[in-house]
Amino acid sequence: MNIFVIMKRTFDTEEKINIKGGKVSGDGAAFIINPYDEYAIEEALKLKEEHGGEVTVITVGEEESEKELRTALAMGADKAVLISDEDLENADQFSTATILAGYLKDKAVDIVLAGNVTVDGGSGQVGLRLAEELGISGVTMITKLTVNGETATIERDLEGDLEIVEVSLPLLVTCQQGLNEPRYPSLPGIMKAKKKPFETLELDDLDLDEDDVQAKIKSVEIFLPPVKAAGKVLKGELSQQVNELISLLKTEAKVI
Amino acid sequence: MGKKVLVFGEIRDGGLRNVSFEAIAAAKKMADGGKVVGLLLGENVKNLANELIEYGADRVIIVENELLKAYIPDAFSQVIMQVIDAEKPDAFLLGHTAVGKDISPRIAAKLKSGLISDAVKLEVDGDAIKFIRPIYSGKAFEKLVIQEGLILATIRPNNFDPLEKDASHTGDVVSMDVEIKDLRTIIKEVVRKAVGGIDLSEAKVIVSGGRGVKSKEGFKPLQELADLLGGAVGASRGACDAEYCDYSLQIGQTGKVVTPDLYIACGISGAIQHVAGMSNSKVIVAINKDPEASIFSIADYGIVGDLFEVVPLLIEELNSIAVK
Repeated sequence: MNIFVIMKRTFDTEEKINIKGGKVSGDGAAFIINPYDEYAIEEALKLKEEHGGEVTVITVGEEESEKELRTALAMGADKAVLISDEDLENADQFSTATILAGYLKDKAVDIVLAGNVTVDGGSGQVGLRLAEELGISGVTMITKLTVNGETATIERDLEGDLEIVEVSLPLLVTCQQGLNEPRYPSLPGIMKAKKKPFETLELDDLDLDEDDVQAKIKSVEIFLPPVKAAGKVLKGELSQQVNELISLLKTEAKVI
Repeated sequence: MGKKVLVFGEIRDGGLRNVSFEAIAAAKKMADGGKVVGLLLGENVKNLANELIEYGADRVIIVENELLKAYIPDAFSQVIMQVIDAEKPDAFLLGHTAVGKDISPRIAAKLKSGLISDAVKLEVDGDAIKFIRPIYSGKAFEKLVIQEGLILATIRPNNFDPLEKDASHTGDVVSMDVEIKDLRTIIKEVVRKAVGGIDLSEAKVIVSGGRGVKSKEGFKPLQELADLLGGAVGASRGACDAEYCDYSLQIGQTGKVVTPDLYIACGISGAIQHVAGMSNSKVIVAINKDPEASIFSIADYGIVGDLFEVVPLLIEELNSIAVK
């Protein structure tokens, strides 16, 4: 099976966000593989274990993403591709999907796995946009995947309900929590990762130029939410506190 | 200049979802004197058209076909593309729901247009429409514009006030025939798991539990409190990792991001990753044994105490008020 995973480097979810010069500052922040992409990597490795084949992990992003791609290789992926270009500073979801499609369009794809959403931008667009660009089926928010020959049976999280769908390969899926338990890289895995194929590409290498990937969306401003004033910690007997809480929720906050 | 704004009327369990009425209100603002056109897709949806009009739509397009009975991406995207082609709206607005999230990027890709997902606010500035959306799950916000072509956006439930329902508001209802073919996904089954049919993202009240809930059974009083308040139950990552509940309930930077009117956090410490998913709730109540828990720093009201004492007392008190 020819398996591809699209992944992204993101801020650790425990990081606070600082803004400098109108942009989110990455100074001193810890970075991780986007948590949903970890499910995608794990599922790709499981597919390979069951059906054989090769797992390629791909990132469109800054050069520093090599670290996260190496982690995916250490988990067991076979090859990594980093598409990086200085023209990509203002890229949006259209740009990223167009670039990924530029790379994948002449590959023999059986399945592409992506995270359901990234924990930074959080738009959840790139996977489905890529499926459309490649002209393959896209199934989102999957919590179980079974591939049988040319057909996949998939369970998806539908706002708490569970939907079971059947679809033919080639296919793109976006991975949701509950799909699997991502493995940690092993020490031998980390050693091997250093020697695995790692390809670095620019737009030119994909026959794309700046105009082809011009963002459709423009960011006008980035700002932090207003700081919340300290709340009221209630005092007294527990039953009094409960009564006071209910009355505050009714009369002051007016939410019940 | 007035714009024509198409709004996706989303149907769940035979009725329109609230977010669709919220979208009409947002669309009205975007239209700036122009027209708001509702769109209804389904097997038998004519009877819902009037409700969209009462909430402010000027016209409603209905597409009825048995292949639209449930959401199938290929069927819905084919229909929407044909409607957009025929209507040529300036903007298309959907709710940021499971269906909205799934259909909107497909439409955006087909049209090669920009898409602003999960907007919580919008500003009309001359001819430009600026959308505000959370990034890093609400740790920061971004203001965006679509530079050219169709203005395509999804709005987060619970963030735009719907217009007052007006039974005297009238509008045309037109039926459209469209071709649907080559469906690639087949729905085999839908297993209902959502409790009481209230989705976390649309719930006005959420009662949420963390590691302090200690077990699966520990969620029972939380569920009871949620039912009493007409709300839904959520959980922190800790509670999900400990298998006290299903991952579909997880709220946080991984998990769902919610903005209910009232969020009651029970036995939740307030890790940054959890707070990112709920800090924009209108009113936050924290119940925790540990007075130092960081959840208290973002709560509007806090009770330092054991949730297994506090929650039953809350239930008892709410019940006695209801009886009176």
